[in-house]
Amino acid sequence: MAAGLLSRLFTPKRPIAKNIEIGIGVTVAMSLFVAWCLLTYTGLVSASFLPAPDAVGAAFVEKLSDGSLLRHTRISLYEIYTGFFLSSLIAVPLGIFMGSFRIVAATIEPIVNFMRYLPVTALIPLLILWIGIGFEEKVAVIFLGVFFQQIVLIADVSAQVHEDLFKASYTLGATRRQVVTRVLVPATMPGVMDTLRITMGWAWTFLVVAELVASSSGLGYMILQAMRGLHPATIFVGILVIGFLGLVTDLAFKYAKALLLPWTTVR
Amino acid sequence: MGRVSIEQVSLEFRTRRTGTIVALDSLSFEVPDKQFAVIVGPSGCGKSSLLTLVAGLNETTSGYCKVDGRTVSGPGADRGMVFQSYSLFPWLTVRKNVEFGPSLRNLSARERIERARHYVDAVGLGDFEDAYPVQLSGGMQQRVALARVLANDPEVLLMDEPFGALDNQTRTHMQGLLLGIWEREQKTVLFVTHDIDEALFLGDVVYVMSARPGRIIDTIDVGLARPRRYDIVTSDSFVDYKRRIMARLHSEVEKTMNVMPL
Ligand SMILES: Nc1ncnc2c1ncn2[C@@H]1O[C@H](COP(=O)(O)OP(=O)(O)OP(=O)(O)O)[C@@H](O)[C@H]1O
Ligand SMILES: [Mg+2]
Repeated sequence: MAAGLLSRLFTPKRPIAKNIEIGIGVTVAMSLFVAWCLLTYTGLVSASFLPAPDAVGAAFVEKLSDGSLLRHTRISLYEIYTGFFLSSLIAVPLGIFMGSFRIVAATIEPIVNFMRYLPVTALIPLLILWIGIGFEEKVAVIFLGVFFQQIVLIADVSAQVHEDLFKASYTLGATRRQVVTRVLVPATMPGVMDTLRITMGWAWTFLVVAELVASSSGLGYMILQAMRGLHPATIFVGILVIGFLGLVTDLAFKYAKALLLPWTTVR
Repeated sequence: MGRVSIEQVSLEFRTRRTGTIVALDSLSFEVPDKQFAVIVGPSGCGKSSLLTLVAGLNETTSGYCKVDGRTVSGPGADRGMVFQSYSLFPWLTVRKNVEFGPSLRNLSARERIERARHYVDAVGLGDFEDAYPVQLSGGMQQRVALARVLANDPEVLLMDEPFGALDNQTRTHMQGLLLGIWEREQKTVLFVTHDIDEALFLGDVVYVMSARPGRIIDTIDVGLARPRRYDIVTSDSFVDYKRRIMARLHSEVEKTMNVMPL
């Protein structure tokens, strides 16, 4: 019986019951929390190294009540969504074309591949010189960090669209323009959604790096200030908030996909 | 109307890896309007390539494909194609897939919906109108592909091993379904298969192609009465035709498989 359950749980791709799935997730999260409590309240790890949960809670309440947490969060979110939105706005159509039109690929592929291997973090000093340490610089960092990766990933999605779909639509009377708008674009949408979801995670990384390097606001800045003031609890507040926002964004992408592209989730 | 003429059609593929491959070597034949023509031949002899040329998805190296005397110069809605792989649009429901062709033209919404409904019903998928292709079995998907082509009302139906991936029962069922529709709709059909039973069961005429480079090496006028029932495959004349095609194909298949003498 137990062996049967185990072998079912460890069969590749086999769906498992929803409550087991949730149960596992909750158990893992709880275990981590318990481990955290054990490490801190037993005095195994010093509080200046790893603050206890209640200290982090207190720091959270403090930052919340003086309004700074919300301000930093709002600024970070604003920066990340602007950079990410601008990048996606251009990368999605350009990537789709690059993957399916040799002429577009020939035009931009060399630049894209050059830029793609340039870590955006290496550009931060230059960007600071050019546009300062404000909002625009953060947007630029996120844009440059995400844009070229998005293009390549989406071009790949576009190149993978099965040629038979084009052939079928041509023989149904579609013009070239109709093949693009009614076949190529919808066919790439699931891959585009996945790409956006993945690159959103990277955008958070670039944002925090940029804020750590030079900034006067944002969650990265808050973390850096906390380090300088030796407030590890506040550092943890920053990290947990970023993690939480990432989780929410990821869930939003997941639900958006199920909602906008129902055919990818039905069975 | 839908008379298909293949006139001295040759097709070569040039690739760096394999050099020049002659897929079709001055092929000629004519399919009269409303005829059900079947092409059989060994694997790799150029059957798919030929259909692609008639569909206008590729260009001949020399020679012409003509429909009603007009040279094919590109794909068009007058020549519908059903592919071996189920090339349905996964983001569209069954009904929307079938409406795809009509929706490309300026048909009224009402006419479009009626056409789609008619053909979805004709292939027996009325209950699955709102399902997505992933929710259908292979046989059902191929029925949708058939309905999608028919809803576009082409003059010529090009079918490239459409039932090749189906199990036996489903295939037999699909053949009956196709014949029923064809008898009602009276379209010219160019049907590729390597199943001899299927060829004889469906066709007015069966063209046997040689191994690559593909040429027509035999033409069988199938004198079996219509409408045909599935048990016709056991009749004497059916078996005679079958023996003849098998003999022709056998020597050709040998040629293609003989690359590694044991
Ligand atoms: N795009 C291509 N590039 C190069 N060679 C090709 C191409 N398409 C087909 N060929 C060659 O042309 C020949 C005919 O191919 P085709 O697909 O028409 O065969 P077929 O009769 O449909 O075979 P099957 O029964 O296996 O489907 C093959 O030898 C194949 O290698
Ligand atoms: Mg083929």
